[in-house]
Amino acid sequence: MPDEILKMQNITKVYPNGIVANKGVNFSVYAGEIHALVGENGAGKTTLMKILFGLEHPEEGAIYLKGEKIIISSPQVAIRHKIGMVHQHFMLVPSLTVAENIVLGMEPSRRGFIDIEKAIETTEKLSEKYNLKVDARAKIADLPVGQRQKVEILKALLRGAEILILDEPTAVLTPQETTELFSELVHLKNKGHTIIFISHKLKEIKEISDRVTIMRHGKNMGVYRTQDVTEEEISRLMVGRDVVLKVQKQKNKPGDAVLHVENLSYTDDYGKNVLKNISFSVRRGEILGIAGVEGNGQRELVEIVTGLRACQEGKIYISGKPVNNLSIKQIRELGTSHIPEDRMTYGVAGPASIGENLISDRFYKKEFNTGLFLNLKKLNELTARLAKEYTVKCSTPKLAVKMLSGGNIQKVVVAREFSSNPKLLIADQPTRGIDVGATEFIHKKLIELRDGGTAILLVSADLNEVMEISDSILVMYGGEVVAYFPDASRITEEELGLYMLGVKRQSAEEIGGAFYAKKHAV
Amino acid sequence: MDNLFNIIFSTNFGYAVLRVTTPILFAALAALISDRAGVINISLEGTMLAAALTGVIFSAYTGSAWVGLLFAVIAGIFMSSILAYFSLYLKTDIILGGIALNLMASGGTVFVLYLVAHDKGISASLASKVLPQIELPLISKIPVIGPVLSNHNVMTYFSLIAVIVVYYFLYRTPLGLRIRAVGENPDAADSVGISVRQIQFVSLIASGILAGFGGAYMSMGYVSWFSRDMTAGRGFIALAAEAMGMATPIGTFLASLLFGFADALSNSLQSLRIPAEFVQMIPYITTIIGLAIYASRRTQRAGAKTVRKEVKA
Repeated sequence: MPDEILKMQNITKVYPNGIVANKGVNFSVYAGEIHALVGENGAGKTTLMKILFGLEHPEEGAIYLKGEKIIISSPQVAIRHKIGMVHQHFMLVPSLTVAENIVLGMEPSRRGFIDIEKAIETTEKLSEKYNLKVDARAKIADLPVGQRQKVEILKALLRGAEILILDEPTAVLTPQETTELFSELVHLKNKGHTIIFISHKLKEIKEISDRVTIMRHGKNMGVYRTQDVTEEEISRLMVGRDVVLKVQKQKNKPGDAVLHVENLSYTDDYGKNVLKNISFSVRRGEILGIAGVEGNGQRELVEIVTGLRACQEGKIYISGKPVNNLSIKQIRELGTSHIPEDRMTYGVAGPASIGENLISDRFYKKEFNTGLFLNLKKLNELTARLAKEYTVKCSTPKLAVKMLSGGNIQKVVVAREFSSNPKLLIADQPTRGIDVGATEFIHKKLIELRDGGTAILLVSADLNEVMEISDSILVMYGGEVVAYFPDASRITEEELGLYMLGVKRQSAEEIGGAFYAKKHAV
Repeated sequence: MDNLFNIIFSTNFGYAVLRVTTPILFAALAALISDRAGVINISLEGTMLAAALTGVIFSAYTGSAWVGLLFAVIAGIFMSSILAYFSLYLKTDIILGGIALNLMASGGTVFVLYLVAHDKGISASLASKVLPQIELPLISKIPVIGPVLSNHNVMTYFSLIAVIVVYYFLYRTPLGLRIRAVGENPDAADSVGISVRQIQFVSLIASGILAGFGGAYMSMGYVSWFSRDMTAGRGFIALAAEAMGMATPIGTFLASLLFGFADALSNSLQSLRIPAEFVQMIPYITTIIGLAIYASRRTQRAGAKTVRKEVKA
């Protein structure tokens, strides 16, 4: 019987906005193992680890370290219990050197001054001991991401971490850096450290971990010895569907293409290729769903198409017009609507009223103005009608939008974006975090819009949604399109899961089918 | 025109530049320390004013300029503690807090002045002391350099030493490292157990001490009395100097010298037949021009990055 170093029992965490991130989760790790914690984004793995590191506090449950119950109220307490965490977003000071970052908060000093040589010596010794090679004198700002990650790991080790939590450590790394990291992790394991490895990349999990805990929708779906499960089995447990929603819809009759994306590539600030040569079309009267685990380029794709992010390489056409680097307003004037992923930042202005939010895309138009002034009568009529038609639950459209529930805020966004008679609609996570009723309503409206001839690009992390609403499906993995299914009704979730997690990919021809080059709808 | 050059290339002018740079330099270093910790101290103007009056009053009552200096510094600490308490503990906006302190100091000093000196404009009736001038041995004998560098008020030399002290404090001490870390990435500092609030409090206090020195110099060195609103915007010019100096001690020193130059020029040109009102604008116009150049350079650099900031979902 291996030695159980850490046990989290019956952990329940409900965020103030009502999202239940963990539901009675049990989680345990053995001393000296590499334990993979897998699940889709939003499955609750990061929350669980934040609880372990004292960044979040659970509503229920207990944590036992070496059999003793402990309460972790802050990261400092976690560090004292020899638990360290390497965050997805590094906690480093860019203008300081590697050594300075590592000793920060526990600086060696001599006669009141920092003993820089001592700090460098400490860093180099540590770096040698754990075989994590870094240049102690280099500035963080000058280092590539892989090096920065090593600094973070060393920081935790210097503070005595025996249990090391790595939150999606490979998400920012190149394949070479990943290989290097893995050999370093094995080295750490051999030195007796316990590693918790958060990931959703199945190949990596198979390669590096001893055991794996699978989470889905805030629950633990099972713990396995990694060698006993196949990638397919893990994938099924990760992305399976809990409830099957049924949406009423007729088969579509797609027309000409409205949106063309041609050979789109994008490199982010860290030099990572987030999008690689993406091509596809969305046709009139068609809902094209993009399936994929979050963070595989979907966000960048949507932001480039809608003009929120500058386009680096490739071409985008809407109704036959090239829109590369047109302003957001110009893109919208071409008949594009956008339901953004983050509704509070890009969807609405929180303190503004429901009415003001409903007209924010058209207040400047001639029909709503009388000379210098807004035609309030006309605008009030419009907002009253929209609020009613889209069943926004409010006493008056003069209420500030932020007072509404998430579902009703989303209805305000949807009402504005759907009522402008769009030729193209980009719906990014249109029903995330909202109640079933509002979700159903939005789904119904999406299909109505499609039947009216709008071309719809639907991006969603919710597999149910993608499979039920879409007419055809694209799968994105690692910034690439890895599969295209012209008929969404003929694919199973198991199969989709394999593509989403990078286990399978289609041939270039099959993927190329997503691009309808010939005709443009105008 | 010849007159102008005669003025600028005289040793008197060189001496004057250092003399008028002193208060700006103290205040700019004060701005620097708090800025590096991520807190902007715009109450420097008021802090210097309060320190200037406090110094005059205590030197008059005790007969010692040094005691006056001590209390001026204490006044500086008091002012910045108020700012720190309100902004860090009560979470008020630090800009609004700074404005309030400036207004309070502007009115409050006149009120106290009237109580103590029975005058609403100047402290002439108080027998306040002046900090000593120092003749530098050897250097004072060198031609040109001697008259420029020697015989300054002791505070002028302190201000130059302060540049070096601040430099070593920020870059060579554990506290300085923490201040820089907190200012640049508070999350990183927090993640290793550094209390961000505590560090910011300490840097505001340090800022208050330096502004206290600057205020003391104004009323016990630059001139030998206190007069209402005598800081005349130097606390704000100092903020500009710190920004232009890219928040480094050496850069801040050079930028302060530039503003000192403008200030000295405006003083000297009043002897020529140029309207005094126009000449008095020079330091402030220099500030605006300096800030415009600094800002345009900074936006150019930022403009190179086309990508908007990543927003967490």
